[in-house]
Amino acid sequence: MAYITFRGIDFRYGPKGPLTIRGLDLELRRGEFFMLVGPSGCGKTTVLNILAGFEAPTAGELLVEGHAVTGPQRDRIVIFQEPDSLYPWLTTLENVEFPLRVLGVSRSERRARVGEALRLVGLRGHEAKHPGQLSGGMKQRVQIARALVLDAPILLMDEPFGALDAQTRIILQDELAQIAARTQQTILFITHDIHEAIFLADRIGVMTAGPESTLKKIVEIELPRPRTRGSAAFGELYEHVHQILSEEVRRVLRREDSLL
Amino acid sequence: MFDASLTTAGVRAQSRWWYLGARSEAAWIGALSLVAVVVLWQIASTRWVPSILFPTPLRTLEACSTMMWEGVLPHHVAVSLARIAAGFVLGTVVGVPVGLAMGLFPPVLIFLEPYVQFFRFVPPVAWIIPAILWFGIGETSKIFLIFYTTVFLVLFNTMVGVSAVARNQIRSARCFGADRRQLFLWVILPGTMPHVLTGMRLAMGNSFAAVVGAEFIAAQSGLGFLIVDSGTWMATDRMFAGMLTLGVLGILADQLFRAASARWASRYLLSN
Amino acid sequence: MIQGSRSRLRGLGYVVSVLLVLGLWQFLSSRAIIPLLFPSPLSTLHVGLELARKGQLQADLWASLRRIVAGFALGSAVGVVLGLLMGAYRPVRLLLEPYLHFLRFLPALAWIPAVMLWLGTGEGAKIVLLAYTTVFIVALNTMVGVSRVPRNQVRAARSFGARRSQVFFLVTVPATVGYALTGMRLAMGNCFMTVVAAELVASDSGLGYLIFSSRQWMQTELAFVGIFLLGFLGLIADHAFRTTSTRLLWRYEGASRSRTAL
Repeated sequence: MAYITFRGIDFRYGPKGPLTIRGLDLELRRGEFFMLVGPSGCGKTTVLNILAGFEAPTAGELLVEGHAVTGPQRDRIVIFQEPDSLYPWLTTLENVEFPLRVLGVSRSERRARVGEALRLVGLRGHEAKHPGQLSGGMKQRVQIARALVLDAPILLMDEPFGALDAQTRIILQDELAQIAARTQQTILFITHDIHEAIFLADRIGVMTAGPESTLKKIVEIELPRPRTRGSAAFGELYEHVHQILSEEVRRVLRREDSLL
Repeated sequence: MFDASLTTAGVRAQSRWWYLGARSEAAWIGALSLVAVVVLWQIASTRWVPSILFPTPLRTLEACSTMMWEGVLPHHVAVSLARIAAGFVLGTVVGVPVGLAMGLFPPVLIFLEPYVQFFRFVPPVAWIIPAILWFGIGETSKIFLIFYTTVFLVLFNTMVGVSAVARNQIRSARCFGADRRQLFLWVILPGTMPHVLTGMRLAMGNSFAAVVGAEFIAAQSGLGFLIVDSGTWMATDRMFAGMLTLGVLGILADQLFRAASARWASRYLLSN
Repeated sequence: MIQGSRSRLRGLGYVVSVLLVLGLWQFLSSRAIIPLLFPSPLSTLHVGLELARKGQLQADLWASLRRIVAGFALGSAVGVVLGLLMGAYRPVRLLLEPYLHFLRFLPALAWIPAVMLWLGTGEGAKIVLLAYTTVFIVALNTMVGVSRVPRNQVRAARSFGARRSQVFFLVTVPATVGYALTGMRLAMGNCFMTVVAAELVASDSGLGYLIFSSRQWMQTELAFVGIFLLGFLGLIADHAFRTTSTRLLWRYEGASRSRTAL
């Protein structure tokens, strides 16, 4: 049985808003790294927000381990693209500790678990800094550490590396690949970057152009891990995914042209 | 008069201006400008206009020191400051919780918003006459006016501050399973802090104006009374001394407030 | 749209809230409290209509409004020029900034006795006081606006070969509009404070005088009428200022958004 099931999901903003997602069906397996790609405005983030429990679907059914999603819950942690979900008045240490304080974990256990999470993302030595004093890549590491500290079974990553420079992005991708292999979490990851998708994913879901978008095709990535970016198989997969995606992107561009 | 957009970024930029102004290359121009104005003022009030209408800087300083010795100036300053402090504290204590409630609970917002939006355009001095009628000529009427000045500014800024807390900060706290109490104490309250402080600082500035207005009309003491009373007796040097003191006090209070915020609330003024 | 029904619900809430409070006020002031201290809404309305019939209400409203418009316009004009000069020329800023920062902490109200002494109790004195109220906030905001013109906008203009004066008039001035307007909007609020105070102290017309006269005639309704008119006038002025500035000046980024230096 699938771990997470989207069945016939429709979504519109408000009772009379336009239908942005129509009839989305998707099943995620436990422990898999699933990438969602699609043209801008196709509703990728909406899919993630629905799974996070921030938005409720207009129609359809969403199950996690057979239970309907009714709101945000501790088993599904979101990592946002912008670092604005960090608390600027807290230090790195206090930010990562935050979920444990919410949980009511004792101070000594908190310190131990935070130390472990900070070590995993390479933030040791930055404990006393506030988010405003960290670089963009470091802030995303704080977000990842804050998610790891809870050992949540599901991670929802909304273009977490989208605003970073290319070098930092590659480093963080490498680190995330290692972390995912270790923790065996189920990850839903949104990206624009096909390279990133192929490097990290077990499967890539390509969405159609919006509105009324849905899942177009799922591509299995069966490259062995740890992966290298330059291989011939990598290049073939890139071409394959690029072709599926660019059809949809062209549809968006054509529509924008006809509107002019 | 009541603007919540006066954010901490502005506050920081502002203090940077002071910093720049204090730089050495700027120092001599500043000194020059000070000397020039004082000299110009001295000449103007001895040659061009009768000094009974426009006292010289020396006469003004003399009046300051005389009143200092007589104990008149400290007395009036103490009275005005006490009124400001009482009204300001009262206004903050009421304004912050009500502003939080308005930001958090839509029914409260809908019930109170028409009044807040209306009365924030009614200047405090307009209430002087009813305040005298209700509370008499004593301290209460003055404290009421300062309270009125403070409460709307603090309330309005707090309310806006609540809605300005980043959505993702709330969303991630909900991901972690925070309950309503935790969300309020650990996310919304600290996130609203900068706006609360801005509201308080603006309120303090306006309180200095309001207390003067109140003391013009209905008081036998305080800096406003000193200014208007000296004007009536044509003691313009004392009038100027009162105004000078008022300006200096306003600046001192503002700087003190900033220093206190930087000392005890600096982490809430940080941004991501 | 949910937006529509929600805002309708909200509007309904406002109406209910206002009616509730007015009803309570009417009830209390006819039963519990002395009408002289706290006149009821109906008697306030009655006195207001009476004044309007005699034309005195319009006269007072017009007197205050005229003073505000004149002083505000004068103060804004001077403030914008001063702010631009201070922002663009460092020596000017260094020369004037200490006074700007001192005087903005010295409220216009404190100048009332001095200005009355120098200029009498006529219109001139009030307009000077209102200009004083306006000028520093506008100057300060404009000055900070100049310093926050995005550097690359200036560099782009220079790379096209723009002279200094061209950069100033084609880039700096338009980019500062939003800041100047915010300063003006803040100043407008303060102008209401100043005009009322000046009219309370020495005047025979205006809304401040109307409030003051309530004491003379022992008719608190007059003060309430004045307070209500001030609230409405302030609300309308703020709204008018915001809508006209967004409508006329939308292209200057930030004209509609608040920008400030205070």
